[in-house]
Amino acid sequence: MFALRNTARRMIPEWTPGRITLAIVVVTLVAGLLPFVKMSLIVNGVFLGAIIALGAIGLTLIYGVLNFANIAHGDYMTMGAYVALFLLTGLFPTFGIEGEGLGPLTFGYPLLIALPLAAAVVAAGAILLDVAIYRRLRRRGVNAVVLAMASLGVAIALRGLVQVIWSGETQHYPREFRQVFRLPLDVRIPPDSIFIAIVAVVLVVGVYLVLTRTKMGKAMRATADNPNLALVSGIDTQRVIRWNWAIGAGLAATAGVLLAVFQAQLLPIMGWKFLIPLFAAVILGGIGNPYGALVGAFVIGVTSEVSTQWINPSYKPAVAFAIMIVMLLMRPRGIFGDSG
Amino acid sequence: MALLEASRVVAGYGGTEILHGVSVTVDNGEIVTVIGPNGCGKSTLMKAIVGLVKVRTGSVTFRDEDISSQPPERIVRRGLCYVPQSANVFPSLSIRENLEMGAFIRDDDYEGRIAEMFELFPDLAVRPNRKAGSLSGGQRQMLAVARALMLDPVLLLLDEPSAGLSPTMMSMVLERIVDINATGVAFLLVEQNAREALRMSHRGYVLSAGENRLNDAGQALLDNPEVARLYLGG
Amino acid sequence: MEIIGIVNYLVGFAIMAAIYAVFALGLNVHWGFTGLFNIGIAGFFALGAYTSALMTTRPPDPALFEDFKFGGNWSETQFLDLGIDLWFFLGLAAAAVVCGLIALMIGYVTLRLRDDYLAVATLGIAETVRLFFLNEKWAANGSKGLYRIPAFLEGSVSPEHYDYLYLVVVLVVLAILFLAVERAVKSPWGRVLRAIREDEVAAEASGKNVFRFKLQAFIFGAVIMGVGGALFAHNIRFLSPLTFDPLLATFVIWAMLMVGGSGNNRGAILGAFVVWGIWTGTQFLPGIFSDPNFRFFMIGVLIVAVILLRPGGILGEERRITRAADS
Repeated sequence: MFALRNTARRMIPEWTPGRITLAIVVVTLVAGLLPFVKMSLIVNGVFLGAIIALGAIGLTLIYGVLNFANIAHGDYMTMGAYVALFLLTGLFPTFGIEGEGLGPLTFGYPLLIALPLAAAVVAAGAILLDVAIYRRLRRRGVNAVVLAMASLGVAIALRGLVQVIWSGETQHYPREFRQVFRLPLDVRIPPDSIFIAIVAVVLVVGVYLVLTRTKMGKAMRATADNPNLALVSGIDTQRVIRWNWAIGAGLAATAGVLLAVFQAQLLPIMGWKFLIPLFAAVILGGIGNPYGALVGAFVIGVTSEVSTQWINPSYKPAVAFAIMIVMLLMRPRGIFGDSG
Repeated sequence: MALLEASRVVAGYGGTEILHGVSVTVDNGEIVTVIGPNGCGKSTLMKAIVGLVKVRTGSVTFRDEDISSQPPERIVRRGLCYVPQSANVFPSLSIRENLEMGAFIRDDDYEGRIAEMFELFPDLAVRPNRKAGSLSGGQRQMLAVARALMLDPVLLLLDEPSAGLSPTMMSMVLERIVDINATGVAFLLVEQNAREALRMSHRGYVLSAGENRLNDAGQALLDNPEVARLYLGG
Repeated sequence: MEIIGIVNYLVGFAIMAAIYAVFALGLNVHWGFTGLFNIGIAGFFALGAYTSALMTTRPPDPALFEDFKFGGNWSETQFLDLGIDLWFFLGLAAAAVVCGLIALMIGYVTLRLRDDYLAVATLGIAETVRLFFLNEKWAANGSKGLYRIPAFLEGSVSPEHYDYLYLVVVLVVLAILFLAVERAVKSPWGRVLRAIREDEVAAEASGKNVFRFKLQAFIFGAVIMGVGGALFAHNIRFLSPLTFDPLLATFVIWAMLMVGGSGNNRGAILGAFVVWGIWTGTQFLPGIFSDPNFRFFMIGVLIVAVILLRPGGILGEERRITRAADS
């Protein structure tokens, strides 16, 4: 059974004076700093934000419906990236599906097949893990933190599994060197990033349509709002939870593949390291609010990229963490949540 | 055979037992009200009937079938719907979406039913895309009842439908209940405003400390001096 | 192998297991008694270790190409010597204080909010601490690490017997901490903590300032972890940011507490010895069992298995059923 929560979450912000003031302050700050910031960092931050968004939307949906922090979310990303690696370098070549350097992109058409397959495999895996672990715990009526604890165990096991199968060494997808697009203001865009942005936009629009136009999507929002009421309305919450895992983990796996393309490498720890920006985006946007997570992801992506103009780039996770802490101090329920 | 028959229900939360063997019956087309002091187990009884709280011993029979160990979503399918006291709408969903969620298990076209609900509660039809979280208390209560009616239930359980409402709002909600009852829907109510509720009820039960105290016709309970003194405020 | 070799190996093993037991005790205060979800033990581990190391290590020597700017050199300060190496205890205390202060800051921000915010915040602190010591070479020599960390009562016994001495020291510290935690959790204060863990709303309703109690417990646990970090630093005598990877500085400790029995101090200590025994013992096994990656995988499986199959661990919680077994 679920814990009863009746926190009202709004999907779309309402313009209260407090929010308007905050918006003005933020806009002024951003506008004031803009002339000093390298355009290329902002552009790069937007692409990073797109990847964070895919992970964060899934994380926030799971958070909303199941009411626990899925610590293993980063490792679902890792799994997605490595399943795609297996398909690209292990399985596909035996069927003659090979190639890199599709047009201006570093990778070949096999990645376009591997991406949805990896998402499907990880989604199926997430549903199995739910049946084997989380559903049992829910039936016992455990506290949400125990579920998070179990997901920590899952995270560790998944990363160990990745290391057993693929070793801890750096790897990469089959790729060919490609020129970057050069734009004014010293902006260089790798063609791969355009691909990442297109995939992200398509998926975000897709998730929006599912959540607002389909019965299952509405039922997911209803379950996140009020699980007990969903039960007595006759909503099959087990099915809602399965769809929720499928969408959340599928998005995570996609984000993992895109991250591997973006960074041009795979490492078993890549997903675990991504947890901080993911949670920062989710908390910024307000837990359970997918639109908030989207905005939060771009804020985190752009800010942490731009920060590298002044701060050592390896501090990027710490910058995301700092933004989150400031946010928790000022508006603990996220940008669109009620303050206090 | 009664429509709903809860007999000697024992239930509670964790280590505490709240109901120590409560029995309640509702017949077809009846309005039955349960009254009693705070903490006597009225809400727990409701939750036990719909399957949100486990029935430890005793039985709940609905339309001649034992439902005491069934999950809520299965009980709902048999035509028994429930409106909780608080948090009884989906705040981030629109009015329309709330009604659609009420009809989640219906595979047929329920547009007609939504239109009927808008006719029954014209307030809700004004802006059907408004978020339920932004509605007033009375509107929320109506939406909650409308949501539960989407499945054409035979029996509707209402937990304190008038809680937190202004007196005019309250009488309006109670009037609606009588209207709906006239279409053949039976009601089991829990009410703080016992006087008004008993006046429109066919029968009533008085609970105290998790046990049955009295069981009589609605008007008879109103006329009972002891009930008046203890539960109706003089 | 000769008997003496085996004994030496076991002594070295026992020192590490006992240091891990200190961390498991600290985590028990967080999770076992209060339900605080700290997944950044590595942060407190590193802070404690670096604090004590920096306070006691000699100042940097240009001839050794050392980049850090400050070494407290307490180990050679006459005032702190008195023939009993008083500096060692001051190093432990400094580690405890620093960890306590960081816990105060993190706890103050997050403990009023949802339970799981603390998890994210501790994760962030662990990563920030690691990045700080990696990038700020002036602070602790960056990735080259600190390698002249002094040992307690060095020279009072012959080097080949030193481990026996340090084992006694670690066991004494462990015993003191064990008694302190036992006393604390059996006091009225500890009963409030358990009440909070079982039902926060009810504890709040009965007039308890839940936030204050959680904050106190969080600081208490972090202080213990700081001491553990300091004990570790003076045992290994070499620290680099790579020492504190999440596996050996966070995950293993979680496995220890869960296996031993969260909410039970004896269980925490037992779990530390059992899991460390499995961890180090399996390296002698043939095939996949000695593969560190496979053992990594098994740590995760172990945690999930304990939660699912035996939520109370080996010993279970004393006098009470665990909340996971409630339904």
